[in-house]
This record gives sequence, structure tokens and C-alpha cells, in this order.
Amino acid sequence: MAEKFDLIVVGAGMAGNAAAYTAAKAGLKVLQIERGEYPGSKNVQGAILYADAIEKIIPDFRESAPLERHLIEQRVWVLDDDSYVGSNYRSEEFNREPYNRYTIIRAQFDRWFSEQVTKAGGLVICETTVQQLLMDGQRVVGVRTDRKNGDVFADCVILADGVNSLLAKRAGFHEELKPKDIALAVKEIHFLPQETIEARFNIGEDEGVVIEMAGKVTAGMMGTAFLYTNKESITLGIGCMLSDFKNQKITPYQLLEQMKEHPAIKPLLAGSEMKEYAAHLIPEGGYNAMPPVYGDGWMIAGDAGMFVNGIHREGSNLAMTTGQIAAQTLIDLKTAGKECSAKNLKNYRERLDQSFVMKDLKKYRHMPEVFHKNSQFFTTYPELLNRAAHTMVKVDGIDKKSKEREIRGSFVQARSLFGLLGDAFKLWRAFQAR
Amino acid sequence: MHSVVCIKQVPDSAQIRVHPVTNTIMRQGVPAIINPYDLFALEEALRLKDRFGGTVTVITMGPPMAEVALRKCLSFGADDAILVSDRAFAGADTLATSYALAAAIGKIRENMPVDLIFTGKQTIDGDTAQVGPGIARRLDYQLLTYVSAIREIDHEKREILVERRAEGGVQVLKTKLPCLITMLEGTNEMRYGDMDDMFRAARHPLKQWDRLAAGIEDPNVVGLKGSPTVVGKVFAPKPRSQRAEIIETVDNDPKNLVVTLLAKVFTQHPKLEREIERLAK
Amino acid sequence: MNEPVKKPARKKVELDPRFVNYKHVWVFIEAERGVVHPVSWELLGEGRKLADALGVELAGVVMGPPGERTRQICGEAFHYGADLCYLAQDEVLRDYRNEPYTRALTELVDTYQPEIMLLGASTLGRDLAGSVATTLATGLVADCTELVIEADSRNLASTRPTFGGSLLCTIMTQRHRPQMATVRPRVMAMPDADTARSGRIVEHKLAIIESSIITKVLEFIPDAQQDKPQLAFADIIVSGGRGFKKQENFQLVWDLAKVLGAEVGASRPIVQAGWVELDRQVGQSGKTVRPKLYIAAGISGAIQHRVGMDGSDVIIAINNDPNAPIFDFAHYGIVGNAMQILPALTEAFRAQIALARRAG
Ligand SMILES: Cc1cc2nc3c(=O)[nH]c(=O)nc-3n(C[C@H](O)[C@H](O)[C@H](O)COP(=O)(O)OP(=O)(O)OC[C@H]3O[C@@H](n4cnc5c(N)ncnc54)[C@H](O)[C@@H]3O)c2cc1C
Ligand SMILES: Cc1cc2nc3c(=O)[nH]c(=O)nc-3n(C[C@H](O)[C@H](O)[C@H](O)COP(=O)(O)OP(=O)(O)OC[C@H]3O[C@@H](n4cnc5c(N)ncnc54)[C@H](O)[C@@H]3O)c2cc1C
Ligand SMILES: Nc1ncnc2c1ncn2[C@@H]1O[C@H](COP(=O)(O)O)[C@@H](O)[C@H]1O
Repeated sequence: MAEKFDLIVVGAGMAGNAAAYTAAKAGLKVLQIERGEYPGSKNVQGAILYADAIEKIIPDFRESAPLERHLIEQRVWVLDDDSYVGSNYRSEEFNREPYNRYTIIRAQFDRWFSEQVTKAGGLVICETTVQQLLMDGQRVVGVRTDRKNGDVFADCVILADGVNSLLAKRAGFHEELKPKDIALAVKEIHFLPQETIEARFNIGEDEGVVIEMAGKVTAGMMGTAFLYTNKESITLGIGCMLSDFKNQKITPYQLLEQMKEHPAIKPLLAGSEMKEYAAHLIPEGGYNAMPPVYGDGWMIAGDAGMFVNGIHREGSNLAMTTGQIAAQTLIDLKTAGKECSAKNLKNYRERLDQSFVMKDLKKYRHMPEVFHKNSQFFTTYPELLNRAAHTMVKVDGIDKKSKEREIRGSFVQARSLFGLLGDAFKLWRAFQAR
Repeated sequence: MHSVVCIKQVPDSAQIRVHPVTNTIMRQGVPAIINPYDLFALEEALRLKDRFGGTVTVITMGPPMAEVALRKCLSFGADDAILVSDRAFAGADTLATSYALAAAIGKIRENMPVDLIFTGKQTIDGDTAQVGPGIARRLDYQLLTYVSAIREIDHEKREILVERRAEGGVQVLKTKLPCLITMLEGTNEMRYGDMDDMFRAARHPLKQWDRLAAGIEDPNVVGLKGSPTVVGKVFAPKPRSQRAEIIETVDNDPKNLVVTLLAKVFTQHPKLEREIERLAK
Repeated sequence: MNEPVKKPARKKVELDPRFVNYKHVWVFIEAERGVVHPVSWELLGEGRKLADALGVELAGVVMGPPGERTRQICGEAFHYGADLCYLAQDEVLRDYRNEPYTRALTELVDTYQPEIMLLGASTLGRDLAGSVATTLATGLVADCTELVIEADSRNLASTRPTFGGSLLCTIMTQRHRPQMATVRPRVMAMPDADTARSGRIVEHKLAIIESSIITKVLEFIPDAQQDKPQLAFADIIVSGGRGFKKQENFQLVWDLAKVLGAEVGASRPIVQAGWVELDRQVGQSGKTVRPKLYIAAGISGAIQHRVGMDGSDVIIAINNDPNAPIFDFAHYGIVGNAMQILPALTEAFRAQIALARRAG
């Protein structure tokens, strides 16, 4: 007894839930399959939730979604071995509702999101792995799961199975991911009493802080680190390109351990209890590395389609938006009585191109390359910056003008003036590119 | 044959943390699971259904979120699931819990006689092993605790033959249906349902019964009010006043370390030295 | 027990008038086939303190088949501190079965009205306690680790672990009698027997006929005595944990145990990996032990392990992580690799014992 659905969504992460919810809400017969014990059980994210994307899907999400803290302060640190220079931005503006960004715990958030799918009429099945796509010639007609009697059919399948989509690869829609296009991130959750967190970060109840970090913590590799405050815990993580890890022979775990020993970070974690350790890939190849995202009877959303903005650490919002657009594309086809052929699903790509998703990804398409080719952004510069700050701050009887000259001198020495200008130009180009 | 299996959703106690100052449980991030001991009860009931046919109903008393646990039981193969949930049940001790569950099972019986009730050996949060015996007593069912195997069931005579783990050995017991069995752990392994089970579980209309639906008129017999025991103080275990005395030597060579250790232990506990000599003989 | 709900400290709760005449402390003496479970003696030791605090008598409840042996048990109960024993002898009580035991004990309580009743948290005790407490509609606190009389109210305050031992809570039965509690074997200390002590026996005739009892015992298959580890009563235990990494390495634990004439224990992961049998698991879901010497090697000291061995007289811990929680409650510690320390320890003990032999 193989059932047939309008839509099968593989995966119950941000992209899958957005797609399944949107389609179910519109009255389509939706089946969603998740391999984890429950939605979110396997999902790894920092995690910052950008309200905008979810708001467009579930306008009143704030009323019931499990949100940890809304962010009122952003710190950016460039770390040397035992110092950092940084900037803080905190504004009361962020303390006015509706809040714009939140920290979340994916295990809880995904579960909540999935409950909304069920409430909208979608059928959600967990602890079940989709092993392959069922094909009729070139056309995807359903999925095969690892359970007995496990074939299920649908007019359309949305692959939202996350980074490194095995299904897309197995079906030949994707090539093998290249190590230079993916970051490997590790993170830990450290538990602390709520009051301790609020005192340490100088925040009130429900208020949160983000610290973005770069510099020596990544041991010269292309990457960044982060620290987020949750209600009763702190999330700490670091991510670098997989290709770099391969060359540097350092494990992500070692990086994280080093980072926790940094004198600026250690006191923030003091007395905490580490409870969760997770490693996850982030597809950061950007626009130039993007695979085809639709075909006969299928679409890809979220990480599976490389929809991640590595520079701004945005992923979940792109996942939700792509999931929503994919579902909307299908809804419109169904309403118009059209079939899910590649020709018709091309509309998915067209809509993506019109959205912020593609515009942003296109804008930053040169960034990965710039960073790959210029390791000084992660090695020499943090050191110089920290030394410069130190020189300026230290009171030692030397006049400020001489200090500035010395600082400039050390930058020029470390990298020729020409090189410095070149770096600035490259960075500017990458940010400006349309 | 109709079996009712009592399951409970519990916080995974391996992941529980205690607030160092207020001594309260920090629940954040602690996943809720089906009490692991209850899965042996459910699997045993499913095996009986495989052998003799019939129906398996799972029941839990708990908050609305316990629905997840019930659906999971359905996906393993249970036929029906009932969530007994009411604010009035909050704060129940074992006596009040067994009252509510017995009442609800009484309601189930009105539609279909119940031949067997299964519970787990104990829960990992309450850890009392009292709820099973309590239900049996209230419904006047024969009680078989710590059952390690069901040997035979004779439907004609309504007799059941089981092995029960007792102190120092195994009892082979024969009794009459209906009875309540608390299943010993490690006696079987939970199955993996097929896709049809998954669909059925996801679509099954769960029954949710409040106090009145469970047939309980008097609000004073359940929850906090119906509980003779009162929880007073909750506190963290006392740390031992002194940490271990760490044995060290200049070279920290294992040989020297253990010699130093024994010298220290035996001077401080001379009786222990004689004890060891005695035992080693 | 559901999770503890914090209640505002209530004003003094009055005892239900039905129970004002309930007096004295009882300990159920668990005997099967003539053998008394040692937990019963441990409980008499504890019950003695409670009775003294209340200024009342301590009674043992002895049930079993008619015969000299059953009566003898009363004598032993006096040695361990009982002032009197209630004795119920009947053929229906030959093997333990829930129904006749529940009926008999309930009848005794209704007749002689104790204010406190303690049972061992053995398979028998838990089976019986739950049924009796429900029949009497009174409070029952399982697996207590501490029992004291609250000075002003004269209520029994029972402390037990909750949430897997992460926390302890104190529970009271204020309005109902008897106040019932179970205690796991080896949690309380074994009192010294005083063979000079004696007491009175109150015989109680039961009126239960066998044909009214539905459950029948067809057979009893005793555990093969020789290969059944008796961890709970071992004087020395050498325990190993996940720090040994491979099953071969665990042999080092056996080697040391052999030299010491000790039992081998283990943490749960070792049992789950199948390196040793279930009966060797020490901890919350295993055995509570109380040896004179407990050696823990490669064990982190998780709370679930700790609650099972905390009461050992001397604890020696070997762990390569100086921050392992086991060092928080062990008496002596060596920070080092168990794979090297254990063989050295085995040798040192061997030498020590050889020396003692020559000297003695
Ligand atoms: C350390 C880290 C920090 C991050 N921080 C942020 C941040 O702060 N903000 C932000 O916006 N983004 C962040 N991201 C990125 C963000 O997490 C992802 O972009 C987002 O989760 C993508 O959602 P998704 O639905 O595509 O994939 P996922 O969330 O990975 O979901 C995929 C789902 O599919 C399931 N699945 C996979 N294969 C199968 C199969 N064969 N059968 C059935 N189910 C299957 C998986 O179990 C999973 O539930 C971060 C990522 C990492 C790793
Ligand atoms: C409901 C429940 C009930 C439980 N019941 C029990 C129970 O009854 N008994 C029980 O034991 N556990 C029980 N547990 C499990 C308990 O929580 C712990 O997981 C378990 O005790 C850990 O075992 P361990 O110390 O061997 O392993 P780990 O925690 O992995 O510790 C291994 C230790 O070995 C050390 N080590 C590593 N290598 C070496 C070396 N070369 N030399 C020396 N030391 C080394 C490490 O530093 C570490 O401290 C229960 C858990 C739950 C949830
Ligand atoms: N709230 C509950 N709902 C359903 N069954 C329960 C509940 N509490 C306990 N049980 C059952 O009773 C057994 C013993 O529980 P406990 O007495 O808490 O150790 C468990 O293994 C369950 O099968």
C-alpha cells in the first residue's frame, strides 16, 4: 500500500519545515520525513534566528516559539594570542519590540516548527531515513526509506536534507562537495545559571549578546569563531574551511580547546558545565559553487543547495526563505493545474533570483576566493592590530604621533605598502561587487 | 487479548543538571524520553499480541507534551493510546498516580475487558517501583513483579505462567488473568516498526482524558491533594568534607606511588591491613 | 513519586484522628526459605534509633511457614535490637507471594497499629511495600538514604535521592499512619548482634485459606551459588570503568581482585559493553555496596555510580584526570594511568601479603 502525496519534504530542519509548513497550510497533502529522533535532534546551529524570514512564514511566531534571548549587543573581536581588539555595538533600539534577532536552541526550535507543520495538516514522520529517490526515467516520483514497506510517492520532492545532500549526490544532481567550499564548525554548549550569564554579560532577563571573533583563534586558517548567550547556557563555536584543516593538521576540537583558554574567553565560561559537543559542516562556497536547484519533480532548499552567506553567518534565514519559495512555486503550479516538470519548476530559480537570497549570494561571490588567497587576513593582521592597540593604549612617555608612525611602520613592514593597499582594495571589491 | 501498558515520559536523567545555588533542576536542553524500563513492558505486550492476537493500549498520565511519547509507542505497534492529563494531577505521589491510572484503566475496561496490565520495573525519575503494585491493588488484579519471561497463557482456563526474579533465584508462578506484570529490564529488545506503523502513529487520533473523563469525581483523591507524602526540602548531596588525598611522589613512578599509597592507607587504617591479610588467605 | 513540587512550608498539619493511637516502630523481617535478608538487620539498627528518639518500642514482623525456624528468627531479631516480634506462621506464607503477604501484613498493621514501618528495598520488599501502602492508603517513601524523627512534629523525615541521585529530597507523611519507607540493602550500617538480648513474641493467627489465594508457586530455581557474585556483602571490591578502554585491559582489575581475594565491580558502561555480568554493576541501577575497601580505577565518579559506593569505609581512586569527580569523594587518589598503576598496585599488595605471611 504505497501512498501518494502532493509533496514529500526530506528533512525537518529550517528549510524542510518552512517548505512543509507553507505547503500544508495551503492545503497540499504533505509528507515530511526526518531521520532524527525528533525534528532538531540532529541539527546544529549557533544559533541566531533572524526574525524576518520566519515572520514571513509564521507572522505570530513570537507568541509560541521557544526563543532564548533577543540580541541587544554585538561585539566583534580580533584576537591575538592573549589579547584582543574589538568593537561593541549596543543599542536600546534592539530592546524595542518586535525584536529582530534571537538566540535559539535548534533542538527546541525545530521541534516547535515541526509542531506547526503538524497543526497545519502535514504528516511528519521521524526516525526514518530517506535512502534514495525513486525515479521514473529522469523524473523523481517518490522516495525510498529505510523502513519495511518504505516506498512513498509524490508529485514533487523537496530535498531539504542539509549540507552534503547525499540524496542529491546519489541521484546525480550534485557533484561531490569540494573541501574549499565547506567549512567545518564545532560548537559546545556550556551551561550556567541564568543570573550568572546576565551578570557576566551585563544584560537583563531575555537580553542577549553575540561575540563574533576572528584572528589567532583560527590558527591562521580562514574562519571565524562565535559566542552566543542563551537563557541558561552559552554557545561557543569555531569554524574553518575544511581544506585548511586538511593542510594544517589541527583538529577543530583542538582549536576550540585553545579558544576556551584564551584569557578573554575563559572567564566568561568559568564554572560552567559543558553538555553538548557537536560538529557540523557549513556550505560556504557561495554563489559560484551552487549546484542546480531544481529538475523534473524535485527542488532543493537550504544548506543542501548551498544557500549560505558565509560572510554574514546567515544560513537559517536563507534555508527558510528557499524552503518557502520552493513550496510556493509548487502551490502555484498545483493551483494552475500544471505538472512538476523541470520546465515548470524553473520558476523556482527565477523567484530565487528575484529574492534577497540570490542577490546577497551574488554580491559576495568573490569573498571566499579573496580569503582563500590571502591568509594574512587571519594571521598577520590580527597580530598587528593587537600590537597597535597595545602601543596606543599603553602609557609609557612616548608621544602619540611617534606611536602612530611606529604602528604604520609595522604594518608596512609585515606586508609591503603595495600589498596592504591591494588587500584593502580586494576586500572592498568583494564587498561591493553586485 | 487486551493488554494495557503504562508508560511515562521522563527527563533523561543522564543529562540533568542542578542549579548550583538554588538546587533546582535546570531543565533546559534536557530531552524527554520514554522511561527506558517501560519499553520492555511494551515490547512484551507486543510479543503477546504477535503470539495470540489482540489489542495493545498504551496509557500515560502526564502533561500534554507526553503525547510525543505515546505516538512513539504507536509507531512501535501499539493499537491505541490514551493521555490522562489534567492540572489536578500535578504533584501526585505514587498513591495518587496509581489512583488516576487505575481509574482510567477502569474506564478503558468499560469498552473492552483488560486481561493484562504491564508496567516497567520502575521509572528513572521517580525510581520507586510503587506505581505498578499500586494499580494492581486498586483494581484487585494479581500482581507479578520483576517478571523475566512469560512462559504460557492458557486462554480457556485464563491462566498465565511466568518466571519472576526473586531474591536468590527465579520463581515460576501460575496465576489467573487478569493480572498486572511489571517487566524486568533486559528481557527483550524493542522492535523497529514498518512504514505503515509510522503512518498510523502519525495519524492516530490520540485520546486525551481529563479528570472527569478518567472517571474521577472527587478532585481530592488525585494530584497533590491525594498524596499522603509531602516533599519538604530538596537539596544537593553533601560534598564530602575533604577531597581525596592525592598521592604524589617526586618521580610519580607507578611503583613508588603505590608503595606510598599503601603506607599511608595502612597507617591510617590498621584494621584494613589485617583484613586484607585475612581475606588473601 | 512524581517530581517534587515545592510547596510553601505548611502550617502544622494535624494527624488524622483515626491514627492517634498508632504507636511504635516496625521493621518487616524478610525471610525466604528460612534465610533472613541482611537488610532486615540493617533496618533494625536504624529502627532502634527511631524508636529511641520517639521513646517507643521497636518491633520486628516475622512471617513464614509454621515451624521452629520461623520462630528462631524472632530470637535473632532481638539480638539486632527488636524489643518484641509479631509472629505470623501459616502454610500460605511458605513461599513469598504478594497476595497472602499483603493480606497478612495489612491485617497486622490494622490490629497493632504502628506509626512507622520499614521494609528493605529488595525485590520482595518493594513488591510488598507498594501493595500494603496502597491498601492502607498511606504514604510510602522508596529507597531512603536517611531516616530521622523531626523533633517538633515527631514525624518521620525520609530522605531519598531524586532525579537519578542529582538531588536529595526529604519526604514526610503527615496525616497518615503508618509512615512507610523502604531502604536499599547496604545503605544503612549493619548493627552488632547482642546475643544476650531477648524480647517478647506476639503471635498472630491468620485466617487465610490457601484456596482463596490465586497465585501458586510451581517452582523455585535458585541461582547457581558459585558463579553469582555477592557484591553487596563483599569486604573488598576492585571496580573498573570506561578508562580501561578495551576488554583485554580489564583483566588488570581481575588480577588485583584475585590477589586481594576481592570481588570485581564495574561502572555501567562496562556492564553494557558486556565485559562483566549485570550483577557486578555498582550504582543507582546496580548494587549498593559497603565494603571496607573500594578501589575505583578508570571510573569518573558519576552521581549514579557514587550513590552505590559512597558508603564504603575506604575509597581509593585511580584516574588520569585530576578533575574527575571521583576525587571529590574518594579518600585517597592517584592521578595516573590505570593501566600502569593497577599492575604496580597488584604487585605491592602481593609483596605486602607475602611479608605478613612470613611474619605471622
Ligand atoms: C556551528 C554553526 C553555526 C551556525 N550559525 C548560524 C546562525 O547563527 N544563524 C544562521 O542563520 N545560520 C547559522 N548556521 C547555518 C544554519 O544552521 C543552516 O544554514 C541551516 O540549519 C540550514 O537548514 P537546512 O534545513 O537546510 O538544513 P538542516 O538544518 O541541516 O536540516 C536538514 C535535516 O534533514 C535531515 N536529513 C538529512 N538527510 C536525511 C535523509 N536522508 N532522510 C531524512 N532526513 C534527512 C537531517 O536530520 C536534518 O534534520 C550555522 C551552522 C553551523 C554549523
Ligand atoms: C538512569 C541511569 C542509571 C545509571 N545507573 C548507573 C549505575 O548503576 N552504575 C554506574 O556506574 N553508572 C550508572 N549510570 C551511568 C553513569 O551516569 C555514568 O555514565 C557511568 O557511571 C560512567 O562510567 P565510567 O566512569 O566508567 O565512564 P566515564 O564517565 O567515561 O569515565 C571514565 C573515566 O576514566 C578515566 N580514564 C580514562 N583513561 C584512563 C586511564 N588510562 N587511566 C585512568 N583513568 C582513565 C577518565 O578520566 C574518566 O574519568 C546510570 C545512568 C543513568 C542515566
Ligand atoms: N505517570 C505515569 N503514567 C503512566 N505510567 C506510569 C506513571 N508513573 C509510573 N508509571 C508506571 O509505573 C512504573 C513504575 O513507576 P515508579 O513507581 O514511578 O518507579 C513505570 O515503569 C510505569 O510503567
